[in-house]
Amino acid sequence: MPTYLQLVQQVKHAVRYGMLRPGDRLPTAREVVEELAINPNTVLKAYRELDHEGFVISRTGAGTFVADDAPAALERSVAGPLLRRVDRWLEHAIAAGLDRESVVALFTLALQAAFEKEAPHARR
Amino acid sequence: MLAVKAVGLTKHFGRSVALQDCDLDLPAQRVIGVVGPNGAGKTTLLQLAAGLRYPTSGSMVVLDRSPRADAADLLPRLAFIAQDRPLYGDLTVAETLELGRQLNVRWDPAYARARVQRFRIGLDARVRGLSTGQRAQVAVAVALAKRPELVLLDEPVANLDPLARLELLEELMAAVAEGGMTMIMSANAIADIDRVCDYLVILLDGKVRLAGDIEEITAQHRFVSGPRELSFGDAWETVDARAAERQGTWILRAVMPAEPIASNDGTVVRPASLEEIVLAYLRARVEVAV
Repeated sequence: MPTYLQLVQQVKHAVRYGMLRPGDRLPTAREVVEELAINPNTVLKAYRELDHEGFVISRTGAGTFVADDAPAALERSVAGPLLRRVDRWLEHAIAAGLDRESVVALFTLALQAAFEKEAPHARR
Repeated sequence: MLAVKAVGLTKHFGRSVALQDCDLDLPAQRVIGVVGPNGAGKTTLLQLAAGLRYPTSGSMVVLDRSPRADAADLLPRLAFIAQDRPLYGDLTVAETLELGRQLNVRWDPAYARARVQRFRIGLDARVRGLSTGQRAQVAVAVALAKRPELVLLDEPVANLDPLARLELLEELMAAVAEGGMTMIMSANAIADIDRVCDYLVILLDGKVRLAGDIEEITAQHRFVSGPRELSFGDAWETVDARAAERQGTWILRAVMPAEPIASNDGTVVRPASLEEIVLAYLRARVEVAV
């Protein structure tokens, strides 16, 4: 996966997990590259993509902020139990001898089946 | 805008050919990686851009100036770090920075000190006593304190341990993030190029084999593995093909708008990684030579 898409996903995940909340400022390109040693244009491209998708808002001179209408973080009370069930499912899969790729394939299959029917009106 | 334009650029050293008929349009404000085997002409290309050598024939324009005729105007605008990072071993770090201040028309002393101190390098330490990583950081601090528009780096991370390597790349990218700077670096490790560069030049035997935006390059190339009798049509140029008993693998380049090659039972098609692409071009030479 291209580096800028990895950054896009990381920011989206951080929003979903509640580590970033609406109004939070994202690190500047300079701050990111000082940590990750990647090309700053890659960071700017990721931020443009996030802006385009409505996750963040770039304010000239001020920085890039998580948008007010970014998807809400998962509720801990909802996410916690779900995660534990996935953990248990994974234990079964590994015990049955599935490797990582097979697990991903199986899960992707289930994901497609579950979300395909609502695809026409699926919103972010 | 172009940072470097070369037309028919040729450099011979006696009978040996370092560069032959190179045409290059290197865009400004990018991080440009130059790769190729040893002896491909990487260092010569950087030296010509810096005005340290003059071409045998052909022309080169750097920041809209001639490195030869406009040297006095151009030199304050560019920085060059040779592979051996030449510094004076007997000077202290502070003296090295002072030398930089006195020798350069443009110089940002606060920037130079901040860079050195960020890596906890003592200003009173003698350069001779610094680690390889620290020496590299001092060399970069001196180069960047000129506030150059173009930075030419010959193997900037060679002989650095993994941590020093990462810290140096972080430092370079932080400078790029401030804007207005073009960086051209030669490198042997494709992982480093993949990490920091957005434009690639592959040199082979003194010639430009491939040059372009890295995203466009990766979008153009595919890795295919399948039965060895596969063929791909006119839209795909075979960069490298390797065949075993029944199976083959290919690195292909789309030379015109191409129908996607379909994966099926015995055939796997996927985007080629930058490393696979570079190796394919480098390997292609070996086969021709044999």
